Amino acid sequence: MSGKTRLREPAGIKALLILAALAYITLMLLLPLGAVLVEALKKGFGVWLESVNEPDARSAIWLTIMVAAIAVPLNTVFGVAASWFISKYDFRGKPLLITLIELPFSVSPVVSGLVFVLLFGAQGWFGEWLIDRDIEIIFAVPGLVLATVFVTFPFVARQLIPLMTMQGRANEEAALTLGASGWQTFWHVTLPNIRFALLYGVLLCNARAMGEFGAVSVVSGHIRGETNTMPLHVEVLYNEYNFVAAFAVASLLVVLALITLALKSALEWRHRDELAARF
Amino acid sequence: MVGALTLRRPSALPGLGLSFGITLFWLSFIVLIPLSAVFAKSASGGWDAFVDAAFSARSIASYKVTFGAALLAAAINAVFGLLVAWVLVRYEFPFKRLVSALVDLPFALPTAVAGIALTALYADTGLIGRFLEPLGLPVAYKPAGIVVALTFIGLPFVVRTVEPVLAEVSREMEEAALTLGASRLQTFTRVILPTLFPALATGFTLAFARGAGEYGSVIFIAGNMPFRSEITPLLIITQLEEFDYAGAASIATVMLFVSFAMLLVLNLLQHWQQRRLGT
Amino acid sequence: MSIRVENIAKTFSAYPALDHVSLEIEDGEFVALLGPSGSGKTTLLRVIAGLEDPEEGRVLFGDRDVTHTAAASRGIGFVFQHYALFGHMTVAQNIAFGLNVMKRSERPSKADIRTRIGELLELVQLPGLEARFPSELSGGQRQRVALARALARKPKILLLDEPFGALDAKVRRELRGALRAIHNDLGLTSIFVTHDHEEAFTLADRVAVLNRGKIEQFASPHEVENKPATDFVRGFLD
Repeated sequence: MSGKTRLREPAGIKALLILAALAYITLMLLLPLGAVLVEALKKGFGVWLESVNEPDARSAIWLTIMVAAIAVPLNTVFGVAASWFISKYDFRGKPLLITLIELPFSVSPVVSGLVFVLLFGAQGWFGEWLIDRDIEIIFAVPGLVLATVFVTFPFVARQLIPLMTMQGRANEEAALTLGASGWQTFWHVTLPNIRFALLYGVLLCNARAMGEFGAVSVVSGHIRGETNTMPLHVEVLYNEYNFVAAFAVASLLVVLALITLALKSALEWRHRDELAARF
Repeated sequence: MVGALTLRRPSALPGLGLSFGITLFWLSFIVLIPLSAVFAKSASGGWDAFVDAAFSARSIASYKVTFGAALLAAAINAVFGLLVAWVLVRYEFPFKRLVSALVDLPFALPTAVAGIALTALYADTGLIGRFLEPLGLPVAYKPAGIVVALTFIGLPFVVRTVEPVLAEVSREMEEAALTLGASRLQTFTRVILPTLFPALATGFTLAFARGAGEYGSVIFIAGNMPFRSEITPLLIITQLEEFDYAGAASIATVMLFVSFAMLLVLNLLQHWQQRRLGT
Repeated sequence: MSIRVENIAKTFSAYPALDHVSLEIEDGEFVALLGPSGSGKTTLLRVIAGLEDPEEGRVLFGDRDVTHTAAASRGIGFVFQHYALFGHMTVAQNIAFGLNVMKRSERPSKADIRTRIGELLELVQLPGLEARFPSELSGGQRQRVALARALARKPKILLLDEPFGALDAKVRRELRGALRAIHNDLGLTSIFVTHDHEEAFTLADRVAVLNRGKIEQFASPHEVENKPATDFVRGFLD
């Protein structure tokens, strides 16, 4: 007996608690996962492949990737800039700034989409201005990008701010005294210290960007083959009772989610010191 | 806002102008201006129009459905999230790392995928639904389905906020309780649980806030019947489709106020937590 | 209450924390367990407390074999190095904890508990602090509250694990005097663990010097200082 036993529950209780927790996880998480895979492959692998290769599905995949490819780098640059600004300088109003940056997290996705309709929709603030110039934002790809940028806005900043705040200025100031320029300092000193938190933030940002549904649903117009990202395409297929195809496309998103989880786990496990707060 | 951001003391680090500029510009462009459009639009018809739209019978019914389901789901998550956090922090068992990684699935999985997966499971032909239906507990297309979806969505929040706090509960405190004659159960209810309370409350609030705004995972499994199982985000979209922009904005304003209230509550909880654990 | 430890052995993974240790402590004695870190002194204290289970050997309080008795039932008071006060409870609630968790049939009345809290706070020289929270107290005050809490159930044996380790020199000295006075007043048998030999010699009736799980010498401070039994003891006191 190792002596730590005095602080432990009786073995029976412990087993019961573990089983209860596992049962809950299975019910709430594993079963839904399984359901997607089962439904997707219900009519066999051939049909699955067809559904995924179908032209509208392929444009949806392509659109999803493109939107993420724009939104994620933009928010990454922002996240790095904001974290630099917040962590390397002293000024009043930091908590306020941080709260503002995190606002999109607490806003419903539908409201997030609504705001852009109110700005750029036909009746929006800029509606007339856009129509005159024949620019389409709402019900077109730019709208999707904007809505996605909004909802994924805080992800990178959130990861970097606590970490860079904790790291302080010392390293950067040392680099300066050694003659490095601002950019050199950033590139050779700051970046290596934050690379895993950065990767982590980018990973989460991307997962949300590709998976976003509510916000893009509002601005998209659901035009098949043109303004449907993968999640939207899943909805379209589902509403047409084309269940197998819907689940087939959904299964791709499940694979994406699992890869995200695996990478996330790996980053957390091996670099937990460099990843300050999680939320 | 610039007035509030006056530097406390000059800093030698370069990049102030650039990082400040990027931060301010992107924040305003993506977050602040769009959000202000919501308030502006909801006010555009005057106070009466705002009240009519935001507090119509149908709107109020949707608030009851949305916030009611979110509250219930958050409560379920508080209980089971604590269980899962406890088991993950305190015990060792096979596949523990896998379970831990899986807890974040609702973060990584697109909400639409979750929506159709849960519907498939709980419909009366589904794996779980086929047991519940004959018992008179139908879930799919009923308000209960909303609770199930929101429980899924909110699952990681309580687990992830409680885990670090639980890990920090000092062994000394538990041993002190033991030497003072407390049974294991008494130690849990009188010492450990009260220490976890702020974290539990935070997790609950986060889950609630997320659930209140949730759209994608709910609309497939809910019946979406006005007054019965229509969630507020769906009502907003319906208003948009009928081109009632002001109405949609008014309801969105109510949701935004709730979001901000939640942010405030969360901030207060943070302070409470600091004080309590600052022994 | 006399304490007898017979042939206690305990290993952690590969190394022996306690290597067949025996000790006899008389009723009313104040004993110090002295040694460098890793010597086993804290482990021995925890075995006596019931917070660790030995692999071999026995622990006896008076005539009673308590080797397999739970810590909660041994009738000891334990003071931890970092106080281990319950942050969410007031000073009064902390002190009353041991009384509040008693079975209903054995529990004193609320009024009695309140009186007891008052008495204990007087004893540790912190009158009037019932409603404060631990976060509002200084280190020295917290340790006094921890002491009061440990004494609430009128234990015959008081065990202290480096109780003054986290405090500064001046506070330490004050608390040392207070501790010895309380020990004498209440007729306790006390064992405390320290790595500070000045502290051990000032406070204790007898000192046990430990090294790598064995007791090198167990004698009065005078004897240990002037007639060190082994080279280790000699070296440790330099």
